[in-house]
Amino acid sequence: MALTGIQIMKMLPKKNCGECNVPTCLAFAMKVAAGQADIGDCPYVSDEVKEKVGEASAPPIRTVKLGSGDHVFQVGGETCLYRHEKRFEHPTGIAVRIATDMDDADIAGRLERFRTLRYDRVGVLLKADLVAVQDAGGDEAAFTALVERVRSECPDAALVLMSDSPAVLAAGAKACGDHVPLLYAATPENADQMLETAKAAGCPLAVRGATIGETAALAERLAAEVKDLVLDTGARTLRAAFEDQVAARRSAIRTKYRPLGFPTITFPCEMTDDPEVEAMVASVLVAKYAGIVVLSDLQGDTLFPLLLERLNLFTDPQRPMVVQEDVYPINGPDENSPVLVTCNFSLTYFIVSGEVEGSKVPSWLLIKDTEGLSVLTAWAAGKFSADLIAGFVKKSAIADKVKHRNLIIPGYLASIKGELEEELPDWNIQIGPREASHLPAFLREWQPN
Amino acid sequence: IPADGYKDPATGTIREVVLGEGDKAVAVGGVSTLPFHLFEGEMSRPPATALEVLDEAPEEWPESLARHYADVLSDPVAWARKCVQDYGARAVCLSLVSTDPNGTNRASAEAAQTAKAVVEALDVPVILWGCGNAEKDTETLREVTSLIGDRKVCLAPLTDANYRNIGATAMAFQLPVVASTPIDVNLAKQLNILLENLGLSLDHVLMDPSIGALGYGLEYTYSVMERIRLAALTQQDDKLQAPFICHLGREVWKAKETRLPSDEMLGDQERRGVLMEAMTAVCLMLAGGDLMVMRHPKAVALAEAVARGLM
Ligand code: B12
Ligand code: SF4
Repeated sequence: MALTGIQIMKMLPKKNCGECNVPTCLAFAMKVAAGQADIGDCPYVSDEVKEKVGEASAPPIRTVKLGSGDHVFQVGGETCLYRHEKRFEHPTGIAVRIATDMDDADIAGRLERFRTLRYDRVGVLLKADLVAVQDAGGDEAAFTALVERVRSECPDAALVLMSDSPAVLAAGAKACGDHVPLLYAATPENADQMLETAKAAGCPLAVRGATIGETAALAERLAAEVKDLVLDTGARTLRAAFEDQVAARRSAIRTKYRPLGFPTITFPCEMTDDPEVEAMVASVLVAKYAGIVVLSDLQGDTLFPLLLERLNLFTDPQRPMVVQEDVYPINGPDENSPVLVTCNFSLTYFIVSGEVEGSKVPSWLLIKDTEGLSVLTAWAAGKFSADLIAGFVKKSAIADKVKHRNLIIPGYLASIKGELEEELPDWNIQIGPREASHLPAFLREWQPN
Repeated sequence: IPADGYKDPATGTIREVVLGEGDKAVAVGGVSTLPFHLFEGEMSRPPATALEVLDEAPEEWPESLARHYADVLSDPVAWARKCVQDYGARAVCLSLVSTDPNGTNRASAEAAQTAKAVVEALDVPVILWGCGNAEKDTETLREVTSLIGDRKVCLAPLTDANYRNIGATAMAFQLPVVASTPIDVNLAKQLNILLENLGLSLDHVLMDPSIGALGYGLEYTYSVMERIRLAALTQQDDKLQAPFICHLGREVWKAKETRLPSDEMLGDQERRGVLMEAMTAVCLMLAGGDLMVMRHPKAVALAEAVARGLM
């Protein structure tokens, strides 16, 4: 059970020295209880207390780490059912499956797409995370060769090694070296051998039962010896998979039911043969609690929307994504270049700066601090009004950088043109397009007035 | 596994709102559980979908979307018929975009004639969605209702700026309405209260929470819908027990990524747009959405397939 701030307070030395960067022990204890500070930040607590508090404050769903060095993939660690309660911690891992009985071209294509289908959005790299390597015939040599191939061609991929044979998995794990893979899977039939294999290899172990109940029972038994488990409840229909995900997450969060307190792995690739339906199934599981979704292939048109969904739902609702208020030069502007102004919501910034960059027209982009609100939201909230924009334009000293006096405002703010002209009498206010996608054409035509 | 660990049946019920009339009527809402939580409650029906028709030819639609309506884009009546006959739409949302004072600014009376023709050409429920300008919408929707007799269309959107006038019209003709608020639990609740005070029963109200599309603010809509639905179902907040309508197609198809051509990185243009729309719809269904207003027939088919798969 989680400890309260008062209970933690009793274990602190009550020096109120502030070395933990919180003024008093009580305030520190409250922060630890709320999961906002780490008990280890107080240099004076004993290891015993650290362990006690650490265990009690461990998230109801264990965090499992795969990979090595700079390429660590984490899953689990979740603490809530709905993102507005706090936030979702670790974005659902997206895996692509390859198997020893696939054509070389099919494998090569999947690995290449794993490497190349990467997108930069709001400064975040969007990409698939894992490669699931499946043993199709119990051939140890073929399996290790494939594992080695993935390691060399996709060094940043975390691996799921899939086989019914403990010996094949052991060989695969060995081929991974220190790059920790997930071993898939212990079942009621092979649990003891799989347990030994996972222990010997020091790897997390996936557990698969025919039902969620059987999975939980097996996990409970294995957890005594392997701490890092990942659950496959055996569901292979959308309805059952959804229900199991909800049941597992709720049991773990609401009642701290330990046998289900592990991240999950799901297999949209085994639920349909239609790639579009597969992507849709994955979209349900990304929203509803899957730790990992295993896909049959990666294609830009299905992967990109799925990555966007994941980015959105795993964004921290308590922290708006913002960029710094500033004057941003794009494409090497000079004193004759156009001047545009927008808000500091990072999505807006990245869209607008992306279009300006794409236009190849050297430009000055003024970013006003709107506390991370979009153009219209900020305007409606009174954070992007004519007087505030005018104040910022003056403060930015953009007037020293350009000879002309033309300011381009977002098309959606057309209504503030008059007011802005009053606030900035030296400036000519130009209404830009509404959608940033029309900016390149607009900028190429632009002339100082 | 212990059932009390995961079962947590809802105690409230979302009202059922009926759109249209006769055997083509479509009921939405009426659920007494979180979306698709069939293991602990009742969901009498999967979320519904409606196809959107514009009252003037769209200039900005990518070819990958427009080609499905190529022969009818400048004829709203034919367009609406096509939605029903070719794409099996069980409801149609006619967006009166031509009336926008920032756009074509067509006179209300003229737009109302088109709307009348569309309503008369269909036997499925029709949602008449104004351009978003409070005064103009009041005028246009009033014009339409005076033309269509007792046809049970749904009027949208009612905002805090025009709910009195459109609400009065709706009550006079006993029509369902859409209450629109900008992604905010309290504002949504407030508008429902205002409507009730006006004398309009929540049995005729759909809530529009305002939609951010996939990649463009989806998370805000998603969470506000989850919060509203939890309040309605688990805290018996009866002012929030109305079904959600999600006007999502117009937001999705604004996104740049639906327009970028096919290439190696982003794959096939049409499939990408379809999945962006279908995934937006599915996320909103998971957050409680009851009626999805969409554009691409294939996206509708995918979203409906998922909803059926979850039932
Ligand atoms: C998500 C959202 C929110 C989120 C905030 C998200 C954020 N970080 O800003 C939340 C839920 C917090 C929110 C709150 C509110 N919101 Co709000 N919100 C939205 C929503 C759904 C999407 C906004 C968004 O993220 N757009 C994406 C970004 C990228 O768009 P953008 O910044 O405008 O940039 C585009 C263009 O403007 C252009 N562009 C940008 N910069 C520039 C610069 C130049 C020079 C040019 C040429 C072009 C250009 O390029 C971009 C892409 O094309 C919109 C409705 C909608 N579907 O659009 C309503 C909306 C903006 N919100 C609205 C309102 C009223 C509010 C509230 C005031 C409601 C309230 N009373 O509480 C609050 C205000 C916030 C507060 N008090 O703290 C209204 C604004 C109405 C109006 N016309 O003024 C809208 C339009 C909804 C509506 N129809 O009523 N909102
Ligand atoms: S560092 Fe330790 S002793 Fe000092 S104030 Fe913080 S909790 Fe108290």
